[in-house]
Amino acid sequence: MKYLYYPGCSLEGTAREYDRATRALMTALEIPLMEIADWTCCGAGAGETFSHLLSLALPARNLALAEAMAETDQVLSPCSACYVNLKKTETVVREDPATFDTLRALLAEEGLLFQGNMHVHHLLDVLSRDVEIKKIQGLVKNPLAGWVVAPYYGCRCLRPFPVFDDPESPRSMESLIQATGAHVLPWNMGGKCCGASHMNTDPEVAEVLTDAILAAARGAHVIVTVCPMCQLNLEGYQEKLSRRRGSDLRISILYLPQLLGWALGMSVEALGMNLNLSVRNPLRLSVMKGKKEHCLTNVAETLS
Amino acid sequence: MRIREQQGHMGNDDLGPVQEMVRSCIQCGTCTGSCPNSFAMDYTPRTMWRMVLRNESEALFRSRTFSLCSFCYTCTLRCPRGLPLTAAVNALKQLSVRKKVDVCRHSILFDQCFLESIRRHGRVRETEFMMLYFMAMKNPLLPVRFAPLAWKLMRKGKVSLQIPCRSEGRLETLFHKTAKRERIP
Repeated sequence: MKYLYYPGCSLEGTAREYDRATRALMTALEIPLMEIADWTCCGAGAGETFSHLLSLALPARNLALAEAMAETDQVLSPCSACYVNLKKTETVVREDPATFDTLRALLAEEGLLFQGNMHVHHLLDVLSRDVEIKKIQGLVKNPLAGWVVAPYYGCRCLRPFPVFDDPESPRSMESLIQATGAHVLPWNMGGKCCGASHMNTDPEVAEVLTDAILAAARGAHVIVTVCPMCQLNLEGYQEKLSRRRGSDLRISILYLPQLLGWALGMSVEALGMNLNLSVRNPLRLSVMKGKKEHCLTNVAETLS
Repeated sequence: MRIREQQGHMGNDDLGPVQEMVRSCIQCGTCTGSCPNSFAMDYTPRTMWRMVLRNESEALFRSRTFSLCSFCYTCTLRCPRGLPLTAAVNALKQLSVRKKVDVCRHSILFDQCFLESIRRHGRVRETEFMMLYFMAMKNPLLPVRFAPLAWKLMRKGKVSLQIPCRSEGRLETLFHKTAKRERIP
């Protein structure tokens, strides 16, 4: 299966390592990605604050651009916020003909034909359902034996569209993590909210949520994420939250394709792991012994 | 009496569409029990929906409840009546923009600055967006709070100083035409 790729704004900026790792992993898995030409912002959470129509028109423009490429009718987005906006628009096409007509008219004025025949997928949807787990197992060159990984899903890849996982008890990352040889941390925080953009506007609220997630991840070496906002909230405030709590909450935060790519033997640069804000050397971990040590040491050197 | 009049004036027409969205609320409290932010809210989500249905506009738009929604959609998925609660929160936010409600001014400005950046450039320029936000908030201490994170990001070369600049972006006409269409039903 090939996909039209919608990276979204974050993946060009603060989450550029997510873009890099996604492309590298998909190449290794032989899943072609074609970036949607001239894509624009989906509106994130801001469009809906001002206008329901705008919040649909912004993603619809990108779906129309995807259609114009006439490559496939499958769209992939690694960002959970973009995914929900694009998916919402896909749903409107099916369920709200009047709004669909309005969107078509709006985009026609832009010279775009919006037919509404795109199917939108989150990266995790593709990895967990479209890729044979045996294929990943077969490609593993650097087994992550001894690693304990906490799968963090966040909200918007699970809700409001329960497409590929159970929003109450998500598990779609587990077989992927296990394919690398790592253990999955048993916890119940995987689908809990990190506070999202409240970290900017109402930090005293978001910090409580992020703190709870980091504290629950004790016992894991890494938390993996599938959303740029979750990633930034979990990696960007660890020192501050540790000081406040009076105990050490620091932990490595990786994007899921980085973890998988690492197990597949890709380099730090190829996966953008030098750009993460919180890589607490998975490398110095006491559990890391034997032949894995040399590659871990390499990372430690590159990262420091 | 005066309060009642005020509420009638502010409430009836405005809240109508939101009331339709939550009309069949049975006050079970699943939304409150599911909300990760309810601990910080002055009214619980369940109480807020009751206030919507009772037209208690004044108190509703003085409360922080709806502006503290982080759009996790847990209540929407769990609501036993299947009500579109997160969409209803968005409808309340849109009303609070029109009413220029003070209590969520900062989060509205945040979203406004984000949209301004994408209107100008088609894609958000993260640093420009934050600079616009700082300028709009007119609080010289605000950037200080963001400094530690900004420093980390700059050291990684992920953000750089961007002086806000105007340009005719690819989304200009779409913004304009959407706004025009929404004003004229």
